[in-house]
Amino acid sequence: MNSPTITEPRRNYLNAAYSVRSWLLTVDHKRIALLYLLSITFFFLIGGLAAAFVRVELMTPQGDLVESETYNKLFTLHGVMMIFFFLIPAIPATLGNFLVPLMVGARDLAFPKLNLLSWYLFMAAGTLGLYATFAGGVDTGWTFYTPYSSTYSNTYVMATALGAFVAGFSSILTGLNFIVTIHKMRAPGLTWFRLPLFIWSIYAASLIMVLATPVVAVAILCVGMERLLGIGLFDPAKGGDPILFQHLFWFYSHPAVYIMILPAFAVINELIACFSRRRPFGYAFIGFSSFAIAIVGFLVWGHHMFVSGQSVYAGMVFSALSFLVAIPSSIKVFNWTATLYKASVSWQTPMLYALGFIGLFTIGGLTGLFLATLAVDVHVHDTYFVVAHFHYIMVGGTVMAYLGGIHFWWPKMTGRMYPEGWAKLSAILIFVGFNLTFFPQFLLGYWGMPRRYHIYPEEFQVLNVMSTAGASILGIGYLFPITYLIWSLRYGKKAPPNPFGHTGLEWTTPSPPPTENFTRVPIVTEEAYNFLPEDTARKVEEETPVGSTIHS
Amino acid sequence: MAPPSIADPVVLPTDEHGHGHNPELAHHFEDLTQQRESLELGMWLFLVTEVMFFGGLFLAYLVYRHWYPAQFAEGSHHMDLTLGTINTAVLLTSSLTMALAVHAATVRNKKMLINMLVATIVFGATFLVVKAFEYHDKYVDNHIPFAGLPFGEPSAKYPDGIPEVDRPGAAAFYNLYFLMTGLHAFHMVIGIVLMLVLIYLATKDRLFGESSVIVYNSGLYWHFVDLVWVYLFPFFYLAVAHGWLKGGGGH
Repeated sequence: MNSPTITEPRRNYLNAAYSVRSWLLTVDHKRIALLYLLSITFFFLIGGLAAAFVRVELMTPQGDLVESETYNKLFTLHGVMMIFFFLIPAIPATLGNFLVPLMVGARDLAFPKLNLLSWYLFMAAGTLGLYATFAGGVDTGWTFYTPYSSTYSNTYVMATALGAFVAGFSSILTGLNFIVTIHKMRAPGLTWFRLPLFIWSIYAASLIMVLATPVVAVAILCVGMERLLGIGLFDPAKGGDPILFQHLFWFYSHPAVYIMILPAFAVINELIACFSRRRPFGYAFIGFSSFAIAIVGFLVWGHHMFVSGQSVYAGMVFSALSFLVAIPSSIKVFNWTATLYKASVSWQTPMLYALGFIGLFTIGGLTGLFLATLAVDVHVHDTYFVVAHFHYIMVGGTVMAYLGGIHFWWPKMTGRMYPEGWAKLSAILIFVGFNLTFFPQFLLGYWGMPRRYHIYPEEFQVLNVMSTAGASILGIGYLFPITYLIWSLRYGKKAPPNPFGHTGLEWTTPSPPPTENFTRVPIVTEEAYNFLPEDTARKVEEETPVGSTIHS
Repeated sequence: MAPPSIADPVVLPTDEHGHGHNPELAHHFEDLTQQRESLELGMWLFLVTEVMFFGGLFLAYLVYRHWYPAQFAEGSHHMDLTLGTINTAVLLTSSLTMALAVHAATVRNKKMLINMLVATIVFGATFLVVKAFEYHDKYVDNHIPFAGLPFGEPSAKYPDGIPEVDRPGAAAFYNLYFLMTGLHAFHMVIGIVLMLVLIYLATKDRLFGESSVIVYNSGLYWHFVDLVWVYLFPFFYLAVAHGWLKGGGGH
């Protein structure tokens, strides 16, 4: 390590300036990505702590750790932190922010100051959320259903809802920035069909951010006006309809699931291609399936409302449309597995996460079909079956992809390698812990345990204890990467520009990249994922003594 | 993929592309066309988010008008059609002055630019003042269904008040009226602040040439706000044909 022969760039985005001011007022997309990385990790830990309390409470059938009101606040805190402050920004605001300009060969996003503003909005929103928590908490669930949130709850709904509102604007600005950057700032020769598939998926997710988020913003605004002034748009006493809130809420919050999972697809595309050393099977199909998911995803929100009293005919249409989402999703899964077939697969940490993702996402997706079926949904609605289903998508899908992506681009972001052995161990721990936590919940839900209760019949205890045991393994699994990644900042091996031998413009700049990303504007003359046999050879060469071989 | 050689010494892009010479080009753009196109596309996308933002309320309007056709018809009779028409004319004229301001910026006519921005502000402010009078009328008429006010009780102009049975539907109408026109008025206030900033920039000669895209984008915003009103006016004031349009007196 620290080989003296390494030709490190004299200046990069990390050592360009050291002052606190240079970080807080930075307009460099790479620094803003790191600011986001720190912030969302913080919110992830808070959401995780709330989950730990929930799981410990559920070890016994009695409510012996916390009272019902406190339990309500704990699962609300868990949901609000994890969804609005971790999952939605997780991949777009960190990896997306860092990689979109690098992948399209630009010096920055189209609107660097807007990008910084979006981080400040995000932090203001997070502060509001934390304020609500410490002032006494919120008990409405992350869904803020009226009339509970508007009329009855006397907890800190306003502060939390305002937090979600402001976080939404941060998300809108991020999506807007990505779309303009991808349209207008691609390097010469980088046509749409030469783009990495990462960009296609991020673009589709950005479209949803821009189109769906304003709708939930106006819904939250109306709840706020109802609490503040009594403008009862959702209040039956004033001619309003509480169900209308659910429609507006899910018009955003269902597509929001795709804001979480499409960027995960983005990461998986790169990981599968890199560690199979092959162009993904059916490039255009994978690309367009992202758009198919984004479009159809706008038309399925009613499947959250099958038992809300909406029209049966609406239910049937929403059910049929929900089944349609399975088609582009399975196109992706089949194409990834086809890419692996007879490829030269290597088993580094990011690939472990990618393979874990494919399995867990498949289980999450297939159980989604159960829930889209009207009759089955009536049986399992609001049970742990639903909880297990969306955790397989959000944790098994998005968090696995996020961790895979963080490991994969860590050398690029920090200039240091993560420790491979520890990383593999924690990837396996997380996979095992995750399944032990959430698979029993499918059974619990199928046998009738409702969600959001902390007192349950004794016959459910065995499965609940299994789930809590799994959660403790999962929790430890998450602490490992936090620890060794921080460790690697100082003690990790220095990273060459392209440690994994992947294609793509981000790997042509030094690790970490200079502030302006590219020393000269790259000109792209080839398709994406053009793996050459020589590249594999070069990769082997680069893996052996680091330092001497950064090619000239 | 023809990677640029990574062992090259780091060269500032400004040196390589000669950007440093053009103060109007931000360092991360390649050329002025790219910069202008990005700014315009960004603004259009922002307006798309605004359409979706108002869209939620338009959906609510659609649902409740379908639920309460009679109360919505009655509510639209309670609107002051004269003031509403005047305001519509005022706002459409402000869009004309805004368009002229954009033209003035592109032809570098500073005097005309400032005059047109001032005119836009004056028209916008007129609209808001008229709107305030209308809101006040609603207060006097007991037509405000929130903030603990006596909604639907008899008033000087409407001695019968709103019948008990019609009050939920009427409340839905007025809730939407205040939410949607209020949100619209809020957007106009933002627009007026924007115009003030533009006037300041214009006095510093900072809105000409490439920077005229700032005026262009502000114009797009102003036209959007105008366009929202073009929908709100018929939704609330013309929900059903008024008596005088049919030649009768009666409602």
